[in-house]
Amino acid sequence: MIYEDYNPMKKKMFQIMNEEGEIIQPQLMPDLGKEELLKMYRLMVQTRETDKKALLYQRQGRMLTYAPNLGQEAAQVGSALSLGKEDWMVPAFRELGAWLARGIEVNMVYLYWYGNEYGSKVPEGIKVLPVSVPIASQLQHAVGIAWASKLQEKDEVVMTYFGDGATSQGDFGEAMNWAGVYQTPTIFFCQNNQFAISVPRGSQTASETIAQKSIAYGMPGIQVDGNDIFAVYVATKEAVKRARNGGGPTLIEAFTYRLGAHTTSDDPTRYRSDQEVEAWKKKDPIDRMKKYLMREGLLTEEEDEKIAQEYINIAEDAFKYVEANGEIELEDIFKYQFKEMTPQLKEQLEEYKEFLRGRGEA
Amino acid sequence: MPLMNVLQAVNETLKQEMRRDDRVVVFGEDVGHEGGVFRATVDLQKEFGKDRCMDTPLAESGIVGVGIGMGLNGLIPVVEIQFMGFVYPAFNQIITHVARMRNRSRGRYTVPMTIRMPYGGGIRALEHHSESTEALFAHIPGLKVVVPSTPYDTKGLLASAIRDEDPVIFLEPKRIYRAFKQEVPEEEYLIPIGKAKVVKEGEDITIISWGASMREVLKATEMAEGKGIYPEVIDLRTIAPIDRETVIQSVKKTGRVLIVHEAPKTGGVGGELISIINEKAFLHLEAPPSRLTGFDTVFPLPKGEHHYIPSPERILKKITETVNYLT
Repeated sequence: MIYEDYNPMKKKMFQIMNEEGEIIQPQLMPDLGKEELLKMYRLMVQTRETDKKALLYQRQGRMLTYAPNLGQEAAQVGSALSLGKEDWMVPAFRELGAWLARGIEVNMVYLYWYGNEYGSKVPEGIKVLPVSVPIASQLQHAVGIAWASKLQEKDEVVMTYFGDGATSQGDFGEAMNWAGVYQTPTIFFCQNNQFAISVPRGSQTASETIAQKSIAYGMPGIQVDGNDIFAVYVATKEAVKRARNGGGPTLIEAFTYRLGAHTTSDDPTRYRSDQEVEAWKKKDPIDRMKKYLMREGLLTEEEDEKIAQEYINIAEDAFKYVEANGEIELEDIFKYQFKEMTPQLKEQLEEYKEFLRGRGEA
Repeated sequence: MPLMNVLQAVNETLKQEMRRDDRVVVFGEDVGHEGGVFRATVDLQKEFGKDRCMDTPLAESGIVGVGIGMGLNGLIPVVEIQFMGFVYPAFNQIITHVARMRNRSRGRYTVPMTIRMPYGGGIRALEHHSESTEALFAHIPGLKVVVPSTPYDTKGLLASAIRDEDPVIFLEPKRIYRAFKQEVPEEEYLIPIGKAKVVKEGEDITIISWGASMREVLKATEMAEGKGIYPEVIDLRTIAPIDRETVIQSVKKTGRVLIVHEAPKTGGVGGELISIINEKAFLHLEAPPSRLTGFDTVFPLPKGEHHYIPSPERILKKITETVNYLT
């Protein structure tokens, strides 16, 4: 129903909760109990605290280049929570909240950003692909996974993430087109955070909204307030349900803002004003839900502080673990090129080990 | 035993593997209803249905990228790129994901995909339909690159490629798709990837080649034999990883080597072979290793292609020069 009311050609953005945390469309509020509401909130807080710590460790030179998530927590958590355990998530690289919502532990996330491939060895039973750096390339995988599901009559839906810049890539067009043709159960979830590094959304596409791109590919689309976790949750939940029932793909544009830098190597003051950032801070997704929860009597200031502290502790413990256990085995560099090492790989490894032995390093 | 050409061997093997394992799916441009522009996939859709042999949108990056996803979720994709000259939009997917997924995820995810593509010149085709860019793939860690030169090898190598748990680039020399027939057993058999074949034993010089060039090499070899020169001929069969043992063993025996390939000289697989030979058999060499290859030019349109592809006569000249070096 909301997909008709918010048909992208109507140029309306879907919102349930406004910036003050007030429910402006109570009839569309998802039916969530206290526990579920708090789970949403907790995941957003965990995302923020885990993110803040990662940034800190990077600044201390203890972690690699890092892509911060500040301001996008509702888009990430709200969408990922609409998936079932059997469903797949196909990420880009700025989806910390979705990773945590899918049950990935902070250790894993930190291990990846620490520079160890084992951070991408997703535990069995969790259907999440590793981080995909080349922009939009992962959308094709999401279509393939979903198509395979459909052909094998598995009950799986695939949610894939990308940014506004990714919509300029050929792989975006190919994946959207393919999903439309073969009606694959794929949700294309665009975190439109307004910038692809320094280039603003307006320079990426002449489309009025990203959601409008759904029309040409023959699928439903919607623009949602990406900082309103309820709107994100409801829109994705409906898309997931449609995909599961054989209704094919959906494009969701979560209209949000990257409050931090693109990565720790980026200086956003070069391409945007402080006023703009300040204006978006007032739309903060976590503050908004906090106001709602407090008004509903579901959260106190004291409890909120406790929640944050809990996740700070988890993050600190996780990083301690990673610093203590994050080194790699030399063999692992060679071992996973193929199922079995080729004679060439064995020889190169052996020659290098010989060199290390000669220096007393192995 | 039925007689088959290379194309029929491809078709037969695809059917065999699809019957054997219902996870095998075949897709690409025109491969379904039409059976492929060369008819390599003819009748597959009829026998296995539209859920196992699919026509795709005209999107090479999608063919490979979607194939990755299918491979990650329980299927064994065998995809067709219509011509090697059209694979480049898919290069990003091949290099950044196909070749890396196992390593990136420390073995949690693999891409058991075979990427088939017709390659090479000699069919009087338009631009972009004649190149041999196998070296581009051979250079990428995580890829295996296989090239058959006979119908018999096509069947055994393609079956191995499809059953391999890692991605395989399977290059089909289209100049010999229909060039000749050979007895091909009806029963299943596998030819191991990474193993070259000594096609002909000899003492005077080792000739290494692969794909369509093998035909010209064998013709040149016959001509050489008429002059009392007896080459040992190796069909490399796999471009990556190269079977160094077979190559080295032969060069140690003959002391001389000629590599023939259709691809341009600079950065070609011939250069890699010569490095291997220099590293492992230097003291056995009686002449500098030599190469006869395509020119470092764009592959000419049909009016010029006969100048480009190494001919038996040119191969013979190189054989003679290498054998007579300093004698």
